[in-house]
Amino acid sequence: MTEHKIRVLVAKPGLDGHDRGAKVVARALRDAGMEVIYTGLRQTPEMIAEAALQEDVDVVGLSVLSGAHMALMPRVMELLKANGQTHVKLFIGGIIPDEDLRLLKEMGVAGVYGPGASTDEIVRDIKHAVAG
Amino acid sequence: MTLSSSILNGDRLSLARLLTQVENDLPEGRASLAELFPHTGRAHLIGVTGAPGTGKSSLVNQLTLYYRKQEDKRVAIVAVDPSSPFTGGAVLGDRVRMRDLAGDAGVFIRSMASRGSLGGLAQATAGIVQVFDAAGYDVVMIETVGAGQSEVDIAKLAHTTIVVEAPGLGDDIQAIKAGILEIADILVINKADRPGVENTEKSLKSMLDMAHPVRHVFQHHGKMEAVEVPSAPVYNSWIPPIQRTISTEGMGIAEVADAIARHLAHLRESGDWTARERARLEVELEALLQDALVDRFRAAFPQKQYDEIVESVVGRNISPWEAVTMLMSGRLK
Repeated sequence: MTEHKIRVLVAKPGLDGHDRGAKVVARALRDAGMEVIYTGLRQTPEMIAEAALQEDVDVVGLSVLSGAHMALMPRVMELLKANGQTHVKLFIGGIIPDEDLRLLKEMGVAGVYGPGASTDEIVRDIKHAVAG
Repeated sequence: MTLSSSILNGDRLSLARLLTQVENDLPEGRASLAELFPHTGRAHLIGVTGAPGTGKSSLVNQLTLYYRKQEDKRVAIVAVDPSSPFTGGAVLGDRVRMRDLAGDAGVFIRSMASRGSLGGLAQATAGIVQVFDAAGYDVVMIETVGAGQSEVDIAKLAHTTIVVEAPGLGDDIQAIKAGILEIADILVINKADRPGVENTEKSLKSMLDMAHPVRHVFQHHGKMEAVEVPSAPVYNSWIPPIQRTISTEGMGIAEVADAIARHLAHLRESGDWTARERARLEVELEALLQDALVDRFRAAFPQKQYDEIVESVVGRNISPWEAVTMLMSGRLK
């Protein structure tokens, strides 16, 4: 029997093509001993939910720089729920205005990160959220 | 209802959960595997291996598209990427090349980290493949980590092994070395639009000629001469075909699928299918037995004495061989 590895899906929904941030976070999670499934650019919420199901992840992390987070996040949550994956913790990083930050947290998003967030903080928050 | 019965009924969430249990070697996973085992043995297991960056994921993507569109087969993909030897973490990126397959309920992709295993697969890969087989997938494609020369475990797991090469990866000495090329049932030269593709094909062909001699007719000092095949015993009547592809454009994919189908037919007709199934399962049994024996031995052996023996080896007081003899005989100094 082996210890449970935290599995994280890192995805970039929407149409902006800048995935540097997503890659930096993926790398940091890897260095923290997690298994990161990286899906690449321009994923639809449907693709993200399907990958989260097939990979049986504990965490889904989205990177959104386009400003479409208030449309994308609820849709991803809805699809995860429809698939029976209510235990999956959601994290989002990108350009998120302060007024949306509160709304996202209210929706049940476990962590929201803007420019300059430290990867140590993200790692700590994910470990904490998964440990429940 | 157990996970295994919902899996037999086609429930994808249960399938995903069982894959995790099997990967983590949990007791529930073992129990479900035992229930599912009688339902295995139907899927065609296709291994895809080759050096990093030769295009394994793209080839798997294209072959899967082909099987979905042309043959209406259900396809499961197990994609293995390496774990960090330092942190145990991993970035599994094979899905990036498989985005064409999203939204198709007849395809299930699962990424796996190698978790310290060195043969190009993870320890639990065989179990994961069994789950997909029992779940009714017609084809299970297993993509190894980017393999060097000796990551050849895939040949013991798959029925048909495809080795993917790309132009410019080494001279003809590479082609006569032992290891990864020997396990190929089908050789694919991907990125065939790159320079050097003729040389790559030539060295692979000459390697195959040495293994499977054919009658050669050639001109020598202006005279036609022929070299007959020595009447040596035929070791294996299957000669691996070499197929050029450009995966990103879908070129050559139908031909690879055709070669896979011919290999499957060959396995069935020659009796090799049964032989491979037997060898496959025997290898798996032996690996599990080894783990179980080591676990049992370690559980029964006092940790303190074990540590002392390790210390003696570190202090160069006894050799590792002597240590093993001591451990096995139970006689301690």
